[in-house]
Amino acid sequence: MRNLVQDTASTPSISALPDTREVLLETRGLGFETNGHHLLTDIDLQIRRGSRTVIMGPNGAGKSLLLRLMHGLISPTHGDVLWRGHALNKTARKDQAMVFQRPVLLRRSARANLKFALGVRGEKGGKRNGLIQKALTAAGLSHLANRPARVLSGGEQQRLATVRALACQPDILFLDEPTASLDPASTAAIEQLILEANANGITIILVTHDTGQASRLGQELIFLQDGEIAEIGPAHGVLKIPQSAPARALRDGQLFVKN
Amino acid sequence: MDSFWNVLASAVGLVFAFDPDLMEIVGLSMQVTLSAVAIACLIGFPLGAIAGAFRFPGRTLLSIVLNALMGLPPVVVGLLVYLMLSASGPLGPLGLLYTPTAMIIAQTVLVTPIVAALTKQVVEDLYQEYGEQFTSLGVGPLDRVMALLWDARYSLLTVALAGFGRAVAEVGAVIIVGGNINHVTRVMTTTIALETSKGNLELALALGVILLAIAFAVNALVMTLRASAVRAAYA
Repeated sequence: MRNLVQDTASTPSISALPDTREVLLETRGLGFETNGHHLLTDIDLQIRRGSRTVIMGPNGAGKSLLLRLMHGLISPTHGDVLWRGHALNKTARKDQAMVFQRPVLLRRSARANLKFALGVRGEKGGKRNGLIQKALTAAGLSHLANRPARVLSGGEQQRLATVRALACQPDILFLDEPTASLDPASTAAIEQLILEANANGITIILVTHDTGQASRLGQELIFLQDGEIAEIGPAHGVLKIPQSAPARALRDGQLFVKN
Repeated sequence: MDSFWNVLASAVGLVFAFDPDLMEIVGLSMQVTLSAVAIACLIGFPLGAIAGAFRFPGRTLLSIVLNALMGLPPVVVGLLVYLMLSASGPLGPLGLLYTPTAMIIAQTVLVTPIVAALTKQVVEDLYQEYGEQFTSLGVGPLDRVMALLWDARYSLLTVALAGFGRAVAEVGAVIIVGGNINHVTRVMTTTIALETSKGNLELALALGVILLAIAFAVNALVMTLRASAVRAAYA
């Protein structure tokens, strides 16, 4: 079993003290296979409450698939995903939220998008209105509340999608390359939302190709290659002194092509 | 027989004279058609949305049946509804044969598969986009259907329009179950058929003009609504 924090004992950047935080999410021998192709193999992870984990790796390494498996959007063909020690189910998923690379917004106003998500989560009346206003303010979208969500800029749409996910008050937030097509200002705004959410106790799991973002946001880093964990450990350690060839190539800005 | 232009002039005169008999026929046509389309939408929208958004045993069969029923021959539908509503049929005691209600039933049977099949396609495309987000948010089945129908509302206007086009032009089924009884079940299409056979071309053509005008007006209205929606980026 790989325990991100226990692994840190061998690295100088993280305290060697054992992490006593609750294990929120755990994968055991997690794998996914389709048409005889192993897209993800034998993934053992423990994600602790309040942590910020970054998943990196080349295209096709299985990053987004791992995120979807952990969130229960796809059922694994091998192994298990445990949420607080129990099998992940629909009820458990209500404690989770996800932001996709391309924001999926309903054909409604920004406010109505938030209202829908909160309504699904059982929030009604004044409390819901309060959460909507808080979310709009956090995203800096109060002045655009009644504008159709799909005419907002890319950055505004992703901020809306992020605060919509956060408004559901999840324990864990999955983000699949949320800033992949955004400019630096929009990226900074999203990162700020992520850090604030984490400061409020929300566990973060983020997929990114951006080493700078991984460095800014990551406490732990998982590097995937060909559906397997190539390297795992404290983000700054992995980024500074990578042990695996693909992670080294990434740090050095080289193109790593497996022969 | 008068020349075409004389007949056309007489027909236009009838239209602008707002002849009471003519207006009665137009009114009944609209009542029957709009009722049938409304009922078909009430059934077809959710049915199509369920078929488009959920995987369940028999889904493929349902799709095949809906697509096949889109091409239902109206006279066959008319005959089946006639058999159901006739005195010896299972619904005979209701006494609906040769009433506008019978015509609404026949048109509903014809239009519902069209609405359902086209709705399925619209919703299926939308669900490709929304599916994972809905699962992530934990949206339940009923909320999914409602949200998909609401967000596809402008596309569904076009679907309803297709159903309206089928219903308003229908003659075979409604003449069988309605009987084309004057002041009771006489609608535009059945009157056109009858008056043409009698040689009363002015009335037939006047109704034809009105039918075309209504079809154009409804299409224009729906397209304008849809265009407005696209401009507002909802579509």
